[in-house]
Amino acid sequence: MLSVKTENACHSHSERKKRDFISERAKIIPPSGIRRFFDLAGQMEDVISLGVGEPDYATPWHVCDAAITAIEQGKTHYTSNCGLDSLRQELSRFLMERYRIGYNPASEMIITTGVSESLDIAIRAVINPGDEALVVDPIYVSYCPCITLAGGVPVPVPCTEKNHYHLTADDLMEKITPRSKVLVLNFPNNPTGGVMRQDDLKAIADVVIDHDLLILSDEVYAELTYEGRHCATASVDGLWDRTVTLSGFSKAFAMTGWRLGYLCAPHEITAAALKIHQYVMLSSPTMSQYAALEAIRHGEDEMNGMVREYHMRRNLFVDGLNRIGLNCHLPEGAFYAFPSVESTGLTDYEFAERLITEAGVAVVPGSVFGTGGAGHVRCAYAVSRQDLTESIRRMDEFITSLHA
Amino acid sequence: MDDIDRSLLSLLEEDCTTPFHELAVMLGCSEEEVERRKTQLEEEGIIRRYSAVINWEQVDKGAVYAIIELKVAPERDWGYDKIAGRIARFSNVRNLRLRTGTHDLQLLVTGKSMQEIARFVSEQIAPMERIRETATHIIMKTYKENGVLYVEREDGKRLPFSF
Repeated sequence: MLSVKTENACHSHSERKKRDFISERAKIIPPSGIRRFFDLAGQMEDVISLGVGEPDYATPWHVCDAAITAIEQGKTHYTSNCGLDSLRQELSRFLMERYRIGYNPASEMIITTGVSESLDIAIRAVINPGDEALVVDPIYVSYCPCITLAGGVPVPVPCTEKNHYHLTADDLMEKITPRSKVLVLNFPNNPTGGVMRQDDLKAIADVVIDHDLLILSDEVYAELTYEGRHCATASVDGLWDRTVTLSGFSKAFAMTGWRLGYLCAPHEITAAALKIHQYVMLSSPTMSQYAALEAIRHGEDEMNGMVREYHMRRNLFVDGLNRIGLNCHLPEGAFYAFPSVESTGLTDYEFAERLITEAGVAVVPGSVFGTGGAGHVRCAYAVSRQDLTESIRRMDEFITSLHA
Repeated sequence: MDDIDRSLLSLLEEDCTTPFHELAVMLGCSEEEVERRKTQLEEEGIIRRYSAVINWEQVDKGAVYAIIELKVAPERDWGYDKIAGRIARFSNVRNLRLRTGTHDLQLLVTGKSMQEIARFVSEQIAPMERIRETATHIIMKTYKENGVLYVEREDGKRLPFSF
């Protein structure tokens, strides 16, 4: 008797009217553009994936060992909201020595859970509903959705192949309106590998200052700069106090899974971002912070070794692409090549889909990263040299089969 | 010795069968230059030889490896060099080092059996005039050799796509 009652109760519940619980904001952000590539890659064997946006290196062992030691010592509690004091101090030293940018570890830095979090809290700390955020295009996929979620309006600013994927003052000027508040930079750029040298940054600095903009500068690939040194946005004259520097340990130290990044900015902005961080994240993973401390203290040699290796792979891969007729500019940073597939007569989506099914090589269509990426595909060369050589061979065969 | 030489050395150390044109592209110089640099590094004795890293334990199941430590009385004018030079000539001596600590010379020796190692130590090494003491340690398992891991392990998998 009792069980019947229960069934009836359940039944009547399901018949009751249910609201649409999903928020308008969640509905408005687009789903991942390459879900079906995931599925295709999962179905096939022997696929070489150049679609991976992370190092192929495992985290250097001494860094892992530092985390294990931290756990053994019971360092498994929360840290202060803004992160371990020692880590912020080391980071402050690192940024000064390497990029000549000075941040006070006590008041101008937050250790975040990946750069993903730092960009989110930075955006939420500065964007009011209706504010326009100028975003270089193409760019890493998270920015526009985060801006939208904060009530802002993303405005793409093209960085074209003709300009070596730099942002130029003219292109920037064209998109500025009275509502423009923020400029999002990401150099070295994911997906193009383009970089902004000091002169390129100086060229846009006046526009930024004249229009009273704030720069959010995602420099997570800074250490992966191949010709010369990376120029930090905040190091350029007049830009320190209107720049939020976002970076992390994932790429340079091969620590993607540790989820550790940082935000550095003038105190006022840091304090606002810290309020958000303490309510949504409280603090970043403690053992990851101890690992990062080890990485930043003693990881530079290994990092340099990885960077040298990426540099050589880039030369090998870009040379291969150009040899088989996929025009590719020389990416000066990150670990992505961004060749044009226009010569094949296919769109970037068609190319990527056919390449994975017919040749077993996975790449990401450029359009995923904004309209500026159309006609290109992103190939991550953070794979072994053997795989790079083999993927070039397969792509060559595929392209030849198109012309046959 | 510049950065290109260093990079060339690490590329060759990792895989000395890499074709010249690949080396040239990676290093950003011509094939001729790679060849010239390689020859020079060979002539200077920086590159000693090109060989494969082989896990012999997998091939010769019965093979025995031993570390032999020696206390040696050094010779006037020669120190340890003369006796080390003599020991190094034995083809079953794979490594030979002068080191600090309890003993002076340390050898890595291979043999087909324990008996062969024992005979080598007792009949050829120990009787040498300046050898004061020997200590033989049999190797039970090799985990890493020349920077190459011998133990199978599953590497972490990456997602096929990520941004």
